[in-house]
Amino acid sequence: MSQTYRLNNSGLINRDKKISFKFNGKKYFGYEGDTLASALLANGVHLVGRSFKYHRPRGFFGAGVDEPYAIVQMVRNNETEPNVRATEQELFEGLEAKSVNCWPSVNFDIGAINNFFNKFLPAGFYYKTFMWPKSFWHRIYEPFIRKAAGFGVASTKYDSERYEHKYEYCDLLITGSGPAGLAGAYAAAKNGARIILAEEKPRFGGSLLTSNVNIGNQSGKDWADKIIAELKEMPNVTVKNRAQVFGYYDHNMLVMSEKVSDHLPKTKKYIPKQRLWYVRAKEVLISSGSIERPIVFGNNDTPGVVLASAAKEYLKIYGVLVGKKPIIFTNNDSAYETAIEFKNNGIEPIILDTRSNPKSEIVDEAKNLGINIKFSHVVVAANGYKKINSAQIAQISANKKDLGIIEKINCDCICVSGFWTPSIHLSSQSGNKTKFDDKIDAFVPGKSKQNETTVGSANGIFNLEETINTSFEKGYELSKKITNKDNKVSIPQVSEKNYTSHDKFWCVPLPDKKNYKRFLDFQNDVTVSDIELALREGYRSIEHVKRYTTLGMATDQGKTSNLNGLQLVSDVENKIVPSVGHTTFRPPYTPVSIGAIVGREVGKHSKPTRKSPMHSWHEKNNAVFVDAGIWLRPRYYKKGNEGLFEASKREAENVRKNVGVCDVTTLGKIDIKGPDSAEFLNRVYTNAWLKLPVGKARYGVMLREDGIVMDDGTTTRISENHYHMTTTTAQAANVLSHLEYYLQLVWPELNVNVVSTTEQWAGAAIAGPKSRTLLQKLFPDKDLSNEGLPFMGYTEANLFGIPARIFRISFSGELAYELNVESDFGNFMWEKIIEVGNEFNIQPYGTEALSTLRIEMGHVAGTELDGRTIPYDNGLDGLISKKKDFIGKRSLNREAFNSKERQKVVGVVPLDKKTSIPEGSHLVKEANAKLPNPKLGHISASCWSVEYNNPFSLAILKDGKNMIGKKLYALSPLKNKSIPVEIVSSHYVDPKGERVRS
Amino acid sequence: MLYIKCPYCGLRSQNEFAYGGDGTVKRPALNKEISDVEWNNFVYNRKSPRGKHIELWHHISGCRQWIKVQRDTVTHEIFKTVEADKDI
Repeated sequence: MSQTYRLNNSGLINRDKKISFKFNGKKYFGYEGDTLASALLANGVHLVGRSFKYHRPRGFFGAGVDEPYAIVQMVRNNETEPNVRATEQELFEGLEAKSVNCWPSVNFDIGAINNFFNKFLPAGFYYKTFMWPKSFWHRIYEPFIRKAAGFGVASTKYDSERYEHKYEYCDLLITGSGPAGLAGAYAAAKNGARIILAEEKPRFGGSLLTSNVNIGNQSGKDWADKIIAELKEMPNVTVKNRAQVFGYYDHNMLVMSEKVSDHLPKTKKYIPKQRLWYVRAKEVLISSGSIERPIVFGNNDTPGVVLASAAKEYLKIYGVLVGKKPIIFTNNDSAYETAIEFKNNGIEPIILDTRSNPKSEIVDEAKNLGINIKFSHVVVAANGYKKINSAQIAQISANKKDLGIIEKINCDCICVSGFWTPSIHLSSQSGNKTKFDDKIDAFVPGKSKQNETTVGSANGIFNLEETINTSFEKGYELSKKITNKDNKVSIPQVSEKNYTSHDKFWCVPLPDKKNYKRFLDFQNDVTVSDIELALREGYRSIEHVKRYTTLGMATDQGKTSNLNGLQLVSDVENKIVPSVGHTTFRPPYTPVSIGAIVGREVGKHSKPTRKSPMHSWHEKNNAVFVDAGIWLRPRYYKKGNEGLFEASKREAENVRKNVGVCDVTTLGKIDIKGPDSAEFLNRVYTNAWLKLPVGKARYGVMLREDGIVMDDGTTTRISENHYHMTTTTAQAANVLSHLEYYLQLVWPELNVNVVSTTEQWAGAAIAGPKSRTLLQKLFPDKDLSNEGLPFMGYTEANLFGIPARIFRISFSGELAYELNVESDFGNFMWEKIIEVGNEFNIQPYGTEALSTLRIEMGHVAGTELDGRTIPYDNGLDGLISKKKDFIGKRSLNREAFNSKERQKVVGVVPLDKKTSIPEGSHLVKEANAKLPNPKLGHISASCWSVEYNNPFSLAILKDGKNMIGKKLYALSPLKNKSIPVEIVSSHYVDPKGERVRS
Repeated sequence: MLYIKCPYCGLRSQNEFAYGGDGTVKRPALNKEISDVEWNNFVYNRKSPRGKHIELWHHISGCRQWIKVQRDTVTHEIFKTVEADKDI
C-alpha cells in the first residue's frame, strides 16, 4: 500500500531505510524513525481500535505518552504484549501488532451495539445494573464483565525476555530533554555536577524538534543537537533516551524505566528488554514539559480528531499528514504553528478560533499567509463514524453560551487545541502542594517539598526565553550547591514569536435539540453527561466523582482529560477550580511492565541458593534435594526404584543398626567470644550456663520476650572465653540479629562479640551404634572411649592432616558425633568418612530419615517450636532455670501459659498400626460429631517408626500428659481420612536416653 | 525508599536495613520484681505516633549495628540517627 499521507521531504525519518510491518494481518511500509502510529497514518490508516465501553471507532489522538486511543497488542518473538501505545512504539522490520477491544475485527465490531444501548451504561452503571436476579451474577454477569474489562490480552506464557534493575546515584537528575532540561543540564554539567538526563522519547530536544525558534544563531533543533552531542562527551554526564522517570519517592529516590530493546526486531539473549533505574539524586530538575488539552465538542472522539500539537509533530518529525483538509480548532496561539506548517506543505487549513480578535505576531503571520481564519467560531460536532468527513461549525457569542447558525464544512481532520497542561506528576508525587495558576487555567508546582525544582512549561512557563534563562540559572545554582564550583556558562539569545493570551474556553455548548456525546475521558468513555449525572446524584468530592465515573482512571491516567473534568465540575458546582482541587497523582506516570518491576528476580534467581561443600558428592550419589530455608539439602539418596518412603526408611534403619552420615553444614553457627560470654549465654538461654566446663557442650533453648520458644541448639565451650553456638537452619539469621540486639542495646556493658560462622564450617553428623568404632578409625590417635569423650563432650583432633572439631552430640537419639572442618575441606572429610565407613556399612542419610529418627525419639523441632509454643508445651520444663532470670522468663508466669488446657507435645500411634497419619490432622474425641467438631490438638510431625515398624506421630494436644493412654480420632478432611489413634508418650524410642550415653 | 544515615557507614538505602520498632522501649532490669501491667507494656504495648518517632533500625546488610533513627511517620523525614547506646 502506498504512503498517500507521507510528504516527500520533510521530517526526521530515514527515508533510505524502508521498513515493513503488519497491522491486523495486513502488510504496510514505513521508514526508519517512524512510530507505529506515524507509519499507519502515512498509510492512511486512522481506525486502530474500539473504545472501552461503547466500542466506538478510535483513531489517533496524540503523538506520545498522552495517547488515549491507539493502544495495540504487540506480537513479537512468538509472544504477545498488551497495552502498547502505537504512538510510542518505534517501527522495526517485521513488527506485528493488532487492534484491541474489538471482535471479530476493528472494522466490524459486534460490541459496538453498546453504542445503541448507551442509556443502560450510564456513569456508575456497574453499581446500578447486574443486581438481579442474584443467581445471574456467577453465570452471566461476572463472565461478561470479565470479558469486557481491560484492553488487550495478557500472555499466558512464561516471559522469556530479560529485565534488569540498576541502582544509580547522581548530583542532579533532569527529567526531560526539552529546552528547559537541556539548558539546566548543560549549565549543571559545565559546573562539574554528576548528572543524569532522561528523555522519554527516542529523540532528544522535546518541543525544540517541532517549533520555529532560534537559540543563539541556530534553529532550536540544531541547538538541541549541539548541546546533546556535547553532553554525551562529558564524563560526568549520563544521557538516556527512551527513559521515562515515572515515580518520585521518598528521600529523592526516583524510578525510571528505560526501554532498552523494545524498538529492536529481536532481542539478543543478553540485552534486556527494559531496565528499571532506581536513581537517588541529590537534586532533581523537573523539566517534563506540558501536554496539550483538547476543547470538548460533539462527537469529539471521531477518528480524525487530533491534538494540534500532535498534528504538528507528525508533520515535522515524520513528514506525515494527519489529513489533507484540516480544521484547526483552537482557543490559543500555539495551534497557529500547526496551521502554518500545513500551509507550508501545500495544504489549506481552516482555523476556527474561539477568540474574537487576538493580536499577536503569529496570528498576523497566518493572516499574511492567506490562511482562512474564522474568529469567534467553534466546532459544534464532528460528522462521520469511522472517520471524519465534515464538521458542524458555528459562530459563538461573546459570553460563549449561544451558538449562531450551524453550517457544515467538509474536512478530514480536526486539530484541536485547548491550551496546555503542565505535567506536574513528578512534582506532585514528591509531596509538593500544587497551586492553581489562573493565567493558564492549570495547576503548577507550589513550594518544593523534597529537593526538586520545576522549570519550563512543567512550571507553567510557555515563553521560551524565560524558560531558557531560568533553566540555565537553576542548573547553575543547583550544581553550585553540590559541587561548590562557580563555572557559569553564557546564556544564548532566544528569538521566538510573541504569543497573546488564550481564551478561557474549554467546552462547546450543545445546540438546541441535539444530544451529541461529548467525551472528556477518551479511554474510559466518560462524557460530559456522565459527570453531570454523578453530580446530580450527589457526588461532590472530585475523588468520588473520579471513581464513580472512572474519569482519568484509564491507563493514560487522564493526561488529556483531568483538567477538563475539573472545569466541568467547577462549572456545574459553581465553584472555582482550585477549590474543587485535583485528584492525587500516583506513580507510575506511564504504565510499567510487571517484568521490569520484577527484574532478574525470577525463577531460581528469586532467592539465593545455598549449597554445602559436599553438594556435588550428594548429586553424584543420587540425592533428591529439598529446600531448607535458602539451602538445598539432600532429602534422601535414591537407590534403584526407591521412592521417598523406602529410601528414608532404609537410611533410618541403617542408622539404628549400623552407622549413617548426614550433612549438617546448614545448621546455623555463631562464634561467641569475650570474657562475659558465659553470663550472656546464661541470660539468652533458659537453662544454667555459668558452670559449663571447657570442652563440654550443652543443649539450650532460647525464648522471645513473650515466652515463646525462639530456637534451640547446642553451644560448646571451646576455651575459657570462646563458645560455638549452633542454631536451627531456618532461624540462623534471626538468632544472630537477636543476640546483636541484646549486646548492642540492652546489655552493652557485656564484653562479648558474636559473628556468624555458618559458612566457615562444614559439618557431618555420624550416628549409629557403630559410630564410635568408625570415628576411632578416622582418628586413631585420639581416646574416643566413653570416658575419653563422654556424651556432650568436645575435642579437637587431626583428620588426616586437617584440623577437625569433634562434638559428641546427637539429634537421632543414637550414639552420635558431629564433625566440623573448615568448609574447603568439607568434601575431603565427607569422602574419608564414607571411605573408612564402608566396612561398617555406612550409608548417607537425608533430612527425611533425620526427621524419622528425631520424631520417634520425641525430639521437638521446627514443627513443634512453631512460634506458638512455650517450653512447658514441649516437655522442656527441666530446662527452665528457677534460680536465674533470662530473656522471656517473666512471660512464663502468664496465666494462660500455666493453664491446664494448655496444649502439650505427645506421641500418637494409629490403632491399626498401619495407617500413616497426615501431618496437620486434627485430634478429636468423636469422629462423626456435629461440625464444628471441637479440636483437641493437631498432628505436628509424622514418620514411619523404624524401631517398631509402624506409623508414629507427634502431636500438640490439650492437657497432653493426662491424655496418654486415651483413644482419639485423627481427622484429615483434606486427605479424607478419619483414623482411630492412641495417645502415647512422645519418647517412643529409648525414653531414658541410654543410647546416646552408651 | 528511605535514605538512612548509618552513624558508622554513612547514607545507605533502606533495603540494607531491617526495621526494629520503637527505639524508646527500655527492657526491665534482670531479676527485678515487676507487675504484670508493666511487663505487658514492655512486651506488647507500643505507641503509634503521628509525627516524630524514635525507632530502631538494624543495618543487617552493612555493619550489623543496631541504630536509633528519629523519623517523621507522616513525611518520612529523618531528623537524626545515632549509635544504639546513645540517646536522641
